[in-house]
Amino acid sequence: MSSGPGVPTDGTGVGDADRTSRSDGSTLVLGDGDIARALTRIAHEILERNRGAADVVLLGIPTRGLPLARRLGERLAAAEPGIDAARIIGSLDVTMHRDDLHRQPTRAIGATVLPPGGIDDKVVVLVDDVLFSGRTIRAALDAISDLGRPSAVQLAVLVDRGHRELPIRADYVGKNLPTSANERVRVLVSEIDGEDAVTIQGGHR
Amino acid sequence: MRHLLSAADLDRPTAIQVLDTAAQMAATQAREIKKLPTLRGKTVVNLFFEDSTRTRISFETAAKRLSADVINFAAKGSSVSKGESLKDTAQTLQAMGADAVVIRHPASGAPHSLAYCGWVDTSVINAGDGTHQHPTQALLDAFTIRRHLSPGGVRRVGADGDQGVGGGLDGLRVAIIGDILHSRVARSNVQLLSMLGAEVTLVGPPTLVPIGVEAWPCRTSYDLDGVLATGPDAVMMLRVQRERMGAGGGGFFPSPAEYMHFYGLDARRIARLPEHSIVMHPGPMNRGLEISADAADSPRSVIVEQVANGVAVRMAVLYLVLAGVPTGGAVPAAGSADAKGAAR
Amino acid sequence: MSYLLRGVSPLGGAPTDLLLAKGVIVAVGAEATAAAGERGVTVVDGSGLVALPGLVDLHTHLREPGREDAETIESGTLAAALGGFTAVHAMANTTPVADTAGVVEQVWRLGRAAGWADVFPVGAVSVSLAGEQLAELGAMASSAARVRVFSDDGRCVHDPVLMRRALEYVKAFDGVVAQHAQEPRLTAGAQMHEGIVSAEVGLQGWPAVAEEAIIARDVLLVAHVRSRLHVQHVSTAGGVEIIRWAKSRGINVTAEATPHHLLLTDELARTYDPVYKVNPPLRTQEDVDAVRDGLADGTIDIVATDHAPHPREDKDCEWAAAAFGMTGLETALSIVQQVMVDTGRMTWADVARVLSVTPARIGRLEQHGRPLAVGEPANVTLVDGAARWTVDPDRLATGSRNTPFGGRELPGRVVATFLRGKPTVLGGAPAREAGMHA
Repeated sequence: MSSGPGVPTDGTGVGDADRTSRSDGSTLVLGDGDIARALTRIAHEILERNRGAADVVLLGIPTRGLPLARRLGERLAAAEPGIDAARIIGSLDVTMHRDDLHRQPTRAIGATVLPPGGIDDKVVVLVDDVLFSGRTIRAALDAISDLGRPSAVQLAVLVDRGHRELPIRADYVGKNLPTSANERVRVLVSEIDGEDAVTIQGGHR
Repeated sequence: MRHLLSAADLDRPTAIQVLDTAAQMAATQAREIKKLPTLRGKTVVNLFFEDSTRTRISFETAAKRLSADVINFAAKGSSVSKGESLKDTAQTLQAMGADAVVIRHPASGAPHSLAYCGWVDTSVINAGDGTHQHPTQALLDAFTIRRHLSPGGVRRVGADGDQGVGGGLDGLRVAIIGDILHSRVARSNVQLLSMLGAEVTLVGPPTLVPIGVEAWPCRTSYDLDGVLATGPDAVMMLRVQRERMGAGGGGFFPSPAEYMHFYGLDARRIARLPEHSIVMHPGPMNRGLEISADAADSPRSVIVEQVANGVAVRMAVLYLVLAGVPTGGAVPAAGSADAKGAAR
Repeated sequence: MSYLLRGVSPLGGAPTDLLLAKGVIVAVGAEATAAAGERGVTVVDGSGLVALPGLVDLHTHLREPGREDAETIESGTLAAALGGFTAVHAMANTTPVADTAGVVEQVWRLGRAAGWADVFPVGAVSVSLAGEQLAELGAMASSAARVRVFSDDGRCVHDPVLMRRALEYVKAFDGVVAQHAQEPRLTAGAQMHEGIVSAEVGLQGWPAVAEEAIIARDVLLVAHVRSRLHVQHVSTAGGVEIIRWAKSRGINVTAEATPHHLLLTDELARTYDPVYKVNPPLRTQEDVDAVRDGLADGTIDIVATDHAPHPREDKDCEWAAAAFGMTGLETALSIVQQVMVDTGRMTWADVARVLSVTPARIGRLEQHGRPLAVGEPANVTLVDGAARWTVDPDRLATGSRNTPFGGRELPGRVVATFLRGKPTVLGGAPAREAGMHA
């Protein structure tokens, strides 16, 4: 499959979930099975696009990009011989490079840990849960440029909800989810939230 | 956190937040590119009414590493000179568009006046006021202790190991030795370290222990050897001023020799400390008075590291005070971390 | 012009009428009432008001000559009148110091010219307040100002030999030495009371013993040389105890407490607001309680304001750079009412005793602190004990804003003050009768 488009379209091979209502009034968009299948597909897309995982490094953006990056790393290692998941996964905190800090209360700073081999001359795949305005990814690109010089930077996200404010697009998308700006999209991961789910709340759904 | 005037301004969760942030800042300082764009466009003014090259440089470095603009204002202020009053100086800073003022002043309470008298509305960070408080010193001391010692007093191994992020100083025993009466470092440390769960013991000659210390959350002793025999995890030496010996300085103790004999940290006393104990000093040191050269240079000494940690801690403080504030403007209302509509 | 005060309660007693004419109380009761409607008689409705003898302050700083930027004799005595005072003792720490007949006479004349209250200058004990050599106490006593109270206030007469000489010397003209008890070496650089608060806020302490030790020494000295001593602004529990002991031995000592030492504690220094910086400093609640007990049982004879105005730049700065002192002429009576009368510890008669009769006696004043009776000088203050008012530092008559009671609601308002039968205050506001300065 080719990489996801910049403009959200409806459904890219993932079955539309049952849109069930949850106890907090939100609507379920992706269940745990849907998420698992999406991650497997993304992992294969990464391998196909980069002709293997030899020079690939996954950097998860805290908080929830990190467990997603770990799961992608495990799938890459399972699919490709000779890949050690622990050696290709890292975390990249972008708080100190954000340009919108003054709009919110002070954020806590997460950890930045690069994989043992560094990022110079590697293909860095940034991993995040939701792509929205694109500002987080812009900050991530700035942070990367302070840390080293990768040969290329790609972006994998579980959900692309549109409303980009900068010319940024994802290379790998789990689900394209057209939303209105006042809706709230939440990604839950079992490592942090106890379950895997993507929900949406607010608006007129 | 709008101002940081005193260790008493912090509660335990906030103090740990500062230390954890400092740990992240310290990590960035280990990289080749040490500079971060986080406070770009902010102006930090160093308003130093007392000579202090070390602390001023530390704050200046911290601000510049976060890409803030720094203005250094060295005002000669004695308590009798009215030529350049604190109020006038403060209002000049306001006109310069300062977002934060880092102030060191010989009068206790000067930062408090600056923050609350209505002369200016910038954030105020206390870099040392009279004999009152020096909160960033206590924070860097706490940070240093936490990096080296885990609760229970076991020394942490290596730079890659767990550095205590997320935790406090529970169960650790710290001895602070020297001129407690005149020490803002002692006051800030007693409050902060005990808030983080450490047991603090103050040691000094009776003339240098203040009336009213009985209300502080710590023990006091006049017997240094007795306290060292209990095996403290960290020993913090305070600077003693020679001038305090003479009649002109108040005659607090008879002679340097007597002070060293009873309250100086020398190689003999260091040897009696447990394996894991660390030796600290806020600087500048009087080598040969409160601390011998052997002690200052011993492998247990973390004195040089304290200076580096000072930059990381001050970066953390500047970040926490300034990052949430629009440039030159007021602080927004507090909200949850998951702010609605947060752009991703 | 005569004044008929209708329905006033003298010292809080049964309501009656007082007639003031030609500087004297000419009638009380029915005889006074009979004058209503006569020509030249102004009726003042005094129903519900307490009549007190005009208040006498034994401790005021009028700052003139030398510090007219803080207060002048005119503004200070106007503030005094609004506070119910008809006489004030002006301390000697002016520029130049009031240590000669010339300076005390100048201050006395300026007081008469202003006409708001009688000014009785206090003479310095030592030349230039330097504590080395006796000033010309005799010359000051025989001057037109007729000085009887001598004090180096601001400073302590710490040299025991000098204190002895002064105590002996004033016996010749029935003078009294008023001591500011503060051992200077124990309090060098001190900023506030030495205790738990000072240790925390990092301000150098002023230990209670520095006051107590001087009081102890002085009461023993005054017993030995058989003179009389007045202890100014007692602020410590220990000081009160020592004075109580001294009086029990028949030693001729009197003592004063300020309104702020009856109410405020060192906890206020945590604000670092120099409006609370004063000498002697605000102390602990135990000390405040002891001072109140002392005033109630007579150990402390009088309340004196120690009214100490300072210009703004001396208080609008960091604590260590600020001057010591609080204003108090316009709030003193209200504070005493709140702390002692409204709590039932003192009556209005006691108030007259501590704020008028006894200070006049200590200062050897003949025209003030007299009973409200026929033939006595018409120095009368009318107070509305039921009124309440809020202290606004910008609206007080004193030239300075350094009152520690800003924003507080206090009981009791001075409605009228009469100085030798002429009103200085009427309806709570300054009053001027034509030809007053004749």
